[in-house]
Amino acid sequence: MGMTIAEKILAKKSGLAKVGPGDLVTAEVDTVILFDNNFMPSQWRDVLKLKDPQRVIVVLDHRVPAATQASAGAHRTAREFVKKFNIPRFHDLGYYQGISHQLVADHGYALPGTVLLCSDSHTCSAGVFNCIARGVGAPDMMLAATKGETWFRVGETVRYELEGALPIAVTMKDAFLRIAGQYGDHATMNVEYGGPGAAGLSINARKTLTTMSAELSAEFATFEPDPVMLDWVRARNPAPFEAFYPDADAHYADVRRVDLSRLQPLVAFPDTVIENSRPVAEAAGTPIDQAFVGSCANGTIDDLELVARVVEGRRVASSVRFIVTPASQNVYREAARRGIVNTLLEAGAVVTPATCGACGGGHMGVLGANETCITATTRNFKGRMGDPSARIYMGSPATVAASAIRGAITDPCEFLN
Amino acid sequence: MKFTARVWKFGDNINTDLILPIQAFYLTPPEQARLVFHANRPGWVDLVQPGDILVGGKNFGMGSSRPAARSLRNLGLGCLIAESINGLFFRNCVNFAFPAMECRGVCDAFAEGDIAEVDFDACSVRNLASGQSLPAIGLPPKLLALLKAGGIYPLLEKEGLIAPHPHSP
Repeated sequence: MGMTIAEKILAKKSGLAKVGPGDLVTAEVDTVILFDNNFMPSQWRDVLKLKDPQRVIVVLDHRVPAATQASAGAHRTAREFVKKFNIPRFHDLGYYQGISHQLVADHGYALPGTVLLCSDSHTCSAGVFNCIARGVGAPDMMLAATKGETWFRVGETVRYELEGALPIAVTMKDAFLRIAGQYGDHATMNVEYGGPGAAGLSINARKTLTTMSAELSAEFATFEPDPVMLDWVRARNPAPFEAFYPDADAHYADVRRVDLSRLQPLVAFPDTVIENSRPVAEAAGTPIDQAFVGSCANGTIDDLELVARVVEGRRVASSVRFIVTPASQNVYREAARRGIVNTLLEAGAVVTPATCGACGGGHMGVLGANETCITATTRNFKGRMGDPSARIYMGSPATVAASAIRGAITDPCEFLN
Repeated sequence: MKFTARVWKFGDNINTDLILPIQAFYLTPPEQARLVFHANRPGWVDLVQPGDILVGGKNFGMGSSRPAARSLRNLGLGCLIAESINGLFFRNCVNFAFPAMECRGVCDAFAEGDIAEVDFDACSVRNLASGQSLPAIGLPPKLLALLKAGGIYPLLEKEGLIAPHPHSP
């Protein structure tokens, strides 16, 4: 019996010929990403020795610029840590600012066939680059940073075969909502994406799917390598790597086909994305107070461009606060160069600096009591973006932008067809 | 490792934002523990007695990497038994030394307030009210040992890799 992509990488990094579901392995960790929350007094442990400063990346992303004195304190602790160990890759406020998972893509930090850890749950985002990446807890981070290894339980793998091409006004966010709506969570299992439909998807589109795989509770999300991905990495990182394809006789818990051409815009209703997706029409007309596009799931240049296409020449409804947060300053600069930022500003959207921001309810768009928001971000848990009585719908950037214009949840097909 | 105590029941898909809300991020770990389930069950933390057992449904602890398992530990709960436990949350349970084990059928086997007897070495869960006994899915021996040793921080402190902390967060 052969191995899936996740099993092959775990075997290699654990020094084993073969691993399978149920195994517990100790694997080498190639890349450790610490971010501002790690440096909060309630979480930070003073590190005395690092395994290798070259393997550590430090990113200030959850609250940048500092939202409170407490977050300013965490940033200061992070800067002191970077200085103490001479960490070469540090993303402070400024030119290199951004959400860690976007920076991984911008800079080619995730090499195919490697293991990457960060204590943000959406770290599986980097699986788009055919690596083993996952969110872990703060103690894991300390273990990986100081000893260069951690433990993993090997789970079963579900394979998704993507077929066809997305219709206009439909995005990989809708594909995700379809998977989460139809199949529910994938707790303790890996997801593997491939199939003939993948080739036509940009890295940004694929990354929405791997990022959102955190919401499926997947252990690891991996994409099969292809020239588009390999060229992306090589253009950004000169380091050698080995990409992994699944064995022809790999064992999967299930193989599921997703025909992209048959998808339609969907929204998840408030509080969860699990078995909670419905066609936009079923929520259409629901008045909204806030619309938000951003996060590690939907803050890419593709997402901002899509939003611009919807709002160009239009004005955001006066009853709506439309907030757009690029996932990195690199994305922000590209959006400015292409005129996208100007289009958004003319429409009445507010474009914030790159940060996790309102997605985590930390700052820059926190929701008040009984408000309704539609968001193209990662998560719509109760209380996620602020007051627990707020209702959070989740849709694609196109659906959010269309809703911002109308002041109520709206099918983007009306704007893009 | 054995626990015998009263059961509190929670449903499927209990997420980390409910256990450790964002408003608590900059508080101290003991203060964070006072806000467990503040949004969905306000006042519950005042009813919890040291050693009480949490019984959960499917995918318990879904969500973020925040140290939610530590809050359950700091609240004084003895252990968690759930139909299934989210992978990331389970990592935090082991690494922060909050005992947690999966047990299929546990939700149906217990009513809130029943007394449970949980044995992590024998991988069993018993309802002392009904007498019903269920097999649990045990932890791999290495992880059970790590949990019993207090999780990752004491290990790294002993090796001189991180500094000791007065409150062991």
